[in-house]
Amino acid sequence: MSPKTAPSFRPAAAALEALAAERIPVMDGAMGTMIQAAQPTEEDFRGAAFARHDRALQGNNDLLNLTRPEIVRSIHEANLAAGADILKANTFNANAISQADYGLAYHAAEIARAGVRIARDAADAAMAAEPERPRFVAGVLGPTNRTASISPDVDDPGFRNVTFDELAAIYRENADAAISGGADIVLVETVFDTLNAKAALFAVEESFEAHGFRLPVIVSGTITDRSGRTLSGQTVEAFWTSVQHIRPFAIGLNCALGAEQLAPFVADLSRVAATRLSVHPNAGLPNAFGGYDETPDRTASFLGGWAQDGLVNIVGGCCGTTPAHIAAIRAAVDGIAPRRVPEPAGDLTLSGLEPFNLAA
Amino acid sequence: MPGNPTSAPGIAPAMNAAQRFVMVGERTNVTGSAKFKKLILAGDYEAALDVAREQVENGARIVDVNMDEAMLDSEAAMVRFLNLIAAEPDICRVPVMIDSSKWSVIEAGLKCVQGKAIVNSISLKEGEAPFLQQARRIRRYGAAMVVMAFDETGQADTVVRKVDICARAYRLLTGQAGVPPQDIIFDPNIFAVATGIEEHDGYGIAFIEATRRIKATLPGSHVSGGLSNLSFSFRGNEPVRRAMHSVFLYHAIPAGLDMAIVNAGQLDVYDEIKPALRERVEDVVLNRRPDATDRLLEIAEEYRGGAVQQTKDDGWRDAPVEDRLIHALVHGIADHAEADAEEARLRFCKPLAVIEGPLMDGMSIVGDLFGAGKMFLPQVVKSARVMKKAVAWLEPFMEAEQDRQRAAAGKIVMATVKGDVHDIGKNIVGVVLRCNGYEVTDLGVMAPAELILDTAEAEDADLIGLSGLITPSLEEMCRVGAAMDRRGMTLPLLIGGATTSRMHTAVRIEPSYGGPVVHVADASRAVGVTRALLSAERKDGFVADTRSAFAALRDSHAAGRRGGVQTDLAAARANGCPLDWTGYTPPRPAQAEPVVLDDVAIGDLAARIDWMPFFRTWELAGAFPRILDDPKVGEAARALHADALAMLERMAAEGWTRPRGVAAFWPAARTGDDIELYRDEARGEVRDTLRMLRQQTAKTNRPNHCLADFVAPKDSGVPDWVGGFCVTAGEGIEQAAAGFEREHDDYSAIMVKALGDRLAEAFAEWLHEKVRRESWGYAAGESLSNEDLIAERYRGIRPAPGYPACPEHTEKRRLFALLDAERHTGVSLTESCAMLPASAVSGWYFSHPEARNFGVGKIGRDQVEDYAARKGWSLDEAERWLAPNLGYETVRRAA
Repeated sequence: MSPKTAPSFRPAAAALEALAAERIPVMDGAMGTMIQAAQPTEEDFRGAAFARHDRALQGNNDLLNLTRPEIVRSIHEANLAAGADILKANTFNANAISQADYGLAYHAAEIARAGVRIARDAADAAMAAEPERPRFVAGVLGPTNRTASISPDVDDPGFRNVTFDELAAIYRENADAAISGGADIVLVETVFDTLNAKAALFAVEESFEAHGFRLPVIVSGTITDRSGRTLSGQTVEAFWTSVQHIRPFAIGLNCALGAEQLAPFVADLSRVAATRLSVHPNAGLPNAFGGYDETPDRTASFLGGWAQDGLVNIVGGCCGTTPAHIAAIRAAVDGIAPRRVPEPAGDLTLSGLEPFNLAA
Repeated sequence: MPGNPTSAPGIAPAMNAAQRFVMVGERTNVTGSAKFKKLILAGDYEAALDVAREQVENGARIVDVNMDEAMLDSEAAMVRFLNLIAAEPDICRVPVMIDSSKWSVIEAGLKCVQGKAIVNSISLKEGEAPFLQQARRIRRYGAAMVVMAFDETGQADTVVRKVDICARAYRLLTGQAGVPPQDIIFDPNIFAVATGIEEHDGYGIAFIEATRRIKATLPGSHVSGGLSNLSFSFRGNEPVRRAMHSVFLYHAIPAGLDMAIVNAGQLDVYDEIKPALRERVEDVVLNRRPDATDRLLEIAEEYRGGAVQQTKDDGWRDAPVEDRLIHALVHGIADHAEADAEEARLRFCKPLAVIEGPLMDGMSIVGDLFGAGKMFLPQVVKSARVMKKAVAWLEPFMEAEQDRQRAAAGKIVMATVKGDVHDIGKNIVGVVLRCNGYEVTDLGVMAPAELILDTAEAEDADLIGLSGLITPSLEEMCRVGAAMDRRGMTLPLLIGGATTSRMHTAVRIEPSYGGPVVHVADASRAVGVTRALLSAERKDGFVADTRSAFAALRDSHAAGRRGGVQTDLAAARANGCPLDWTGYTPPRPAQAEPVVLDDVAIGDLAARIDWMPFFRTWELAGAFPRILDDPKVGEAARALHADALAMLERMAAEGWTRPRGVAAFWPAARTGDDIELYRDEARGEVRDTLRMLRQQTAKTNRPNHCLADFVAPKDSGVPDWVGGFCVTAGEGIEQAAAGFEREHDDYSAIMVKALGDRLAEAFAEWLHEKVRRESWGYAAGESLSNEDLIAERYRGIRPAPGYPACPEHTEKRRLFALLDAERHTGVSLTESCAMLPASAVSGWYFSHPEARNFGVGKIGRDQVEDYAARKGWSLDEAERWLAPNLGYETVRRAA
């Protein structure tokens, strides 16, 4: 067999790279909290296709891609109108592990493909109306509700309820669906266990190989508390080291904390990451009712501050952010030069929970 | 976070390089740490984690994990350990080096680490294609990699070859596999120096020079090495080894060595090495003069003293020779047996005096401790080994002096009866009796009655002991008893072995012989029984007690039989296992041809050993691994287990034996209690018919089981299959045992046989799993732990002819013919259908999910008659083979 040549990027990648060189692209805001706000009923979730399904489907937001696509589409459109450059497809839970909770594991790929398709159509419509402004669709790979490096059994720390191979298999399906559905970017986000993310990246790489082309990949971790570590215990630098083999278009942080709490870790990651930095925080910390109160101006003031400090390359919103937040963020970062990406030092970098560097 | 860098000690000339230098801990490496290996082999992962934790606490910046050990399921051990590490933040804060020569182990490890690890190692050994493929995989898992200077022609030993191979690997990795240079760590091979072979003298300097050139010409890459190889020829001399390692690093680090796998405790501060030693070590490491090795050897011994010696308390060696012999016996230390025996012989003038003096004294202490439950069987057998060695040394002198008047406490002739080959228990009893001063003539296995009785008469024996493991041996024992009667013998007859019982001895054997008959349940009872039978005062009382106890047993047996509720055969058949064949499709075997195996690794089998029966053989009772920590027998169990593991390791490494096995599947259908096997899937021509037996105990709500019920009936038209198998640990087991016996090492001889039996059982489990997953293939996704396997939590059964579900042994002949087992495995059947070699297991395979093991138990005359007709036997012959299962009195007497 002749040596494989690395799959090349698609044209949209060049456009994305050009945009990111010129200014700070803005990612859209939350999908889940927006869907909740639309208050779809059990019947909405079921639609005609799953009317006789044997268990409740309310809350399976990704299923709306099939049963109420217009709800999803309207959220994308609102974000585009607010100035978003990158849409996150509604595929956070469109994987066989997450869908198995609803008895819909076999529909995961279909749900994922439909989710990317809706975002694609919305983005294409926006670009048709305004051809000089490119819009991008990110196929989202969520974390699933299982962890490959943490035991769910307190009595047996060596036990695992999911393996790398199982994760790689379900992520492969998810990635194939996103890519064939027309995504411009693969976004592996809300990473709380880096081993899950590595399995996702493994699958993404295999999917690229099978498709014969690559897409830009963004990997976004989640810091679960003020210790500055992921749920699986890694520091932000160790996290970056663990996923740099995918040569991500951007490394980032999202969810769990608001911008205010996230600030020190954004600064840490910005210092070490030899690639673009992307952040999409929640609209503050949740209130007593699980809702988010941070105003668009306040969120935008943090993100705008980071932009001014030269810390970020891509910004956006996660839980609780609305099109109003996105519009405010867009305004706050407009005209500010993106962070300068540091040159890689050429060190041997390794990681456990903490980073290890050895200069060449 | 730079952490707490572990720097090489005292490297003054290159402080910066030395500070950067990374020592990779080798203590969680089974090939580098005997302690860690022991913990992992014993399954003590908790303590193994402590080793890792300690290493990180002591400053290791990377933890090397290596599970390459023939005795381990290395993949499983790697996964288990890495998963456990992941739960320990104080360990997994540092990166892991996944170290294995097996790609499958590396890949399994890569799937367990969230961080960026190092793979150690890959190489061009198998050529470019697999090298690149592995590199791309590693890259995809997000790890760095150690690349050994090893290509298609071998490991590089010269500077030029080392550099050339690394350069070629560098070009391939960076050009074709997309590996960033900084993720490549070369290992240009540290080989042993000072081996006495001139070509090896330059190995140290070749590594250092190659390192320099690699760093200069392959930008961005790193260099690593495994340090302990260097000083291999000074094994046991730790001070010299430490000095060699320190001197080597002192020179290699400035040349560009970035990291090394090393025991940090194995390093000295360069400046603190004694100058005389340092100079000569430096001469060796840097190959500075042709006589460097000789000069280091000259002084090496002077430095050995300071070593941390394996703490072996040799204080007892200072005692007088009598005490030394006793100490050696009680502690089972055979090292000095011959020397001490010789010294005692010279001191005592007569060899017999040595035996009757200190040796018997020692053995009686052993006997007392054993009797008091303060010593355990394995220890006693070790003591016997010392005794035997000493006696073997003394015997030629006794013959020379015609001094053979040893006053033995008694003479015993023992044998495993005709048709049977199992002798572990008998051998243990022999050892224990010898320990207690009895003279034992052991006739081995398959001993005909005439030989046993002739020998007993010729030697004027005081006792005869018979042993057997398979049920036909019970009948043979009756025949021996009857023959003794005919010869008018009156000496006591001892009966022992796994299938024997007090009840059977009482009901069947005692009536066949007029003299005293005693059942000996295990080795620990043998001495008490023998003592009583050979004591003038106690014999009569003991014999009378035994007789009346046996009479009572016979009465209760007869009463039980009269009262025992049995159904007639027709009713039992009507109450068979009611499987519904309409909604069930039996799995068709994936492989039509027989599965023939002769290359299964001992290590793969050893990982599946069920240790409990092993400990039971040695009369140590308890569940494994808990028994290792048992307050009473734990110490003995640990020592025994360690000896067993060490022997398994030698067995694997030195190729003592070659396990062989065969399995096959045949189209089958049930007809009544028989199973027809067909030549092919057309099912037109019957190849053979298996005869099965059915439970006849009266039951309510539960079926009267018969193995045939688990096969689809012929009239259902549902195609079904039955399988069969035979496995053996191989002929090498008995050969190895014979070798040990020649060396008077009963302990090892018994050990190797006990392990052979365990390996055969493990092989049967291993093969059954392979059959379930692949060859028959009905449980492809099955994934069970060894505990699950031992507990038989799987689908399908493998009952063995002669065992409870199909207790009639001659069906084994059919099985062997169907499998062509003798040709494929070398296992043959004796006239009693015992398998030879003894370390063998055979049986049928049934695949139905409801198939289960059961005991046929007692059967009625109607079934025996029916069975005789089906087999083409006379009733008498059927009753003989089915004797243990007869639920009625026969008129037949043993002939």
